[in-house]
Amino acid sequence: MQATETYDDHVVRLFLLAAVVWGAIGMSVGVFAAAQLYWPSLNFGVSWLTFSHIRPAHTFGVIFAFGGSALMGTCYYVVQRTGHTRLALERLARFTFWGWQAACVLAMVTMPLGLTQGKEYAEPEWWIDLLIAVVWVSFGIVFFATLARRRIRHIYVANWYYGAFIIAVGLLHIVNNMVIPVSLTKSYPVYSGAVDAMVQWWYGHNAVAFFLTAGFLGMMYYFVPRQARQPLWSYRFSIVNFWALISVYMWAGSHHLIYTALPDWVQSVGMAFSLVLLMPSWGSAANGLLTFNGSWHRLKTDPAAKFMVLSLVFYAAATFEGSMMAIKSVNSLSHYTDWTIAHVHSGSLGWVAMITIGSLYAMAPRALGKPMHSRAAMELHFWLHVTGTLLYIGGMWAAGVIEGLMWRETLANGSLAHSFIESLLAIKPFYVVRWLGGLFTLAGMGVMLWNLWHTADDARARLINPIPVPVPEPVQDQTPEPLSSAGGSAS
Amino acid sequence: MKFPIRYRHFEKIEKHAWLLGILTAFMVSLGGLAEITPLFMEAHRVQPADHVQPYDPLRLAGRDIYVREGCYLCHSQMVRQLRFETQRYGAYSTASESVYDRPFQWGSKRTGPDLARVGGKYTDAWQRKHLLAPRSLVPESNMPAYPWLEEATMDAEDIQARMRALRRLGDPYTDEQIAAAPQALKGKTELDALVAYLQGLGTQREASDE
Repeated sequence: MQATETYDDHVVRLFLLAAVVWGAIGMSVGVFAAAQLYWPSLNFGVSWLTFSHIRPAHTFGVIFAFGGSALMGTCYYVVQRTGHTRLALERLARFTFWGWQAACVLAMVTMPLGLTQGKEYAEPEWWIDLLIAVVWVSFGIVFFATLARRRIRHIYVANWYYGAFIIAVGLLHIVNNMVIPVSLTKSYPVYSGAVDAMVQWWYGHNAVAFFLTAGFLGMMYYFVPRQARQPLWSYRFSIVNFWALISVYMWAGSHHLIYTALPDWVQSVGMAFSLVLLMPSWGSAANGLLTFNGSWHRLKTDPAAKFMVLSLVFYAAATFEGSMMAIKSVNSLSHYTDWTIAHVHSGSLGWVAMITIGSLYAMAPRALGKPMHSRAAMELHFWLHVTGTLLYIGGMWAAGVIEGLMWRETLANGSLAHSFIESLLAIKPFYVVRWLGGLFTLAGMGVMLWNLWHTADDARARLINPIPVPVPEPVQDQTPEPLSSAGGSAS
Repeated sequence: MKFPIRYRHFEKIEKHAWLLGILTAFMVSLGGLAEITPLFMEAHRVQPADHVQPYDPLRLAGRDIYVREGCYLCHSQMVRQLRFETQRYGAYSTASESVYDRPFQWGSKRTGPDLARVGGKYTDAWQRKHLLAPRSLVPESNMPAYPWLEEATMDAEDIQARMRALRRLGDPYTDEQIAAAPQALKGKTELDALVAYLQGLGTQREASDE
């Protein structure tokens, strides 16, 4: 009976499709929003097309709809492969897919219409938050139930990150969305003022930490060794980084509130932990990159590996930049400017999107039962994406530094050198550069969508043979080597 | 391979999902508990200064429109404790000023200028015109126009529900204030409410300074 068990890849394929579609939608909204910053009349006097209404739809669309679908899909894929077992609770897993898609559609429709809690990255109103919480708990149940029925005793490190991602995001979502509803369209947070600010940025920063970092590190720890076709550079280093990353990240949120009315000690604690955070961040990036040692030649032939390697470089760069921006004197310049936007997109387009795209290109041929339709299209996507990302972050970085310098520049007599509108005029050309960067990235996503659609021919025709779970477990491939059950110390 | 430390303790974590889950939950809880709990306790202990009053009904309605329209995505309300900030915008912001702000409005990005001290800086007529057609007053501006605010009227019963919800959270609205609220909104448009809110920004602080 056991010998005929197969992996449940149907739900994985659904999430794969959803991720790419949401990626294209979320980025389209972003490109449109970016255009409005240069051509403000593009809202056509319509409320739900206006920048301030669609910006939450862009962030939610790319983080939770695109990123979330990719994370849940790869999580279901990885937990089965690393545990040599079929996904538990098949129907609940199917519910997490449709529930998540429903929440994303509801959020993406209601936010532009003005139903918002007004907290960044947590804008959907309370009843959508309830649905998200139910789906999230179900996701956790499916994941841990699958872990519980695994056939390999050792829990592979990718699952550690996925597990932390599930636990922490659940905690953050519930605490930050504590509100008193007034009606279906309005609610008030139970926190106010400085407390609300601290809770919000504890949430906001750790949404980055656990949604956009821990989750994607889970992806990285499975797909990078897979694509490099050799074991992780150091397994134990990944475990050390895990504990350091998850415990340090949670302290760093207050660096979003430096020089504000938040008590000074909290700002300083946030800054200190942000600097410490550089170590596990670079540790994880180095571990991933060094895994390619001895197989760098794959970059010539494998676009998925190229995405992965560059994503790790961007991960190292963005986390270095983030730690530096948390230093009070740097923050006094960078805060409230477009430098923040550059930093976010260095992390999201550079790290998150590239590791996702790389992993999806690595997973799709296995989940869809045939090689990618076009390798040339993958190459094209890579260069479109890299060009777009560099234009975007280069433009916004320059704009941010210009703004920061102009806002603080004083004349010899001590008065301010520039009015606010002068700083806007100075950076306006960079808003065009950023918009172009967005267009390139979006075009790349379109190429990916086309490529995957053709790769999914067999899946659409229901011609795919389910992949059998390898039973009994091939212990010799386990990482790290299993310890003997009799003795404690390994040799 | 020789492990310098006793690996078997870690091995237990690596082979038991429940232990891994509990330890993870514990480790991720520390930072939030350490930083949020003291602030939360302090907020319950410290009373807002006398001069900081809850929003009157019209300004409350205006504030909710400000949140709904997403103004906070381009405008901060937080004058930082830096010389070039106080020089440009006015006295730096204090925590007591935002005790009635749910959610807080400190912002994270200034595509437009900070608004913490904007109250009274321009006339009502300027603010109205600027919201309806920003480039008629500031040609270089990239702020969107918000023409729909001019026609939209407000629901008198809704504002009472909002005030009651806020009272449940601790904001000191009296029964009389809630009963009188619909009268304050009578005949007002959303534009009126938003302008009233903007004109009130930072004025409570000034009253205490003088």
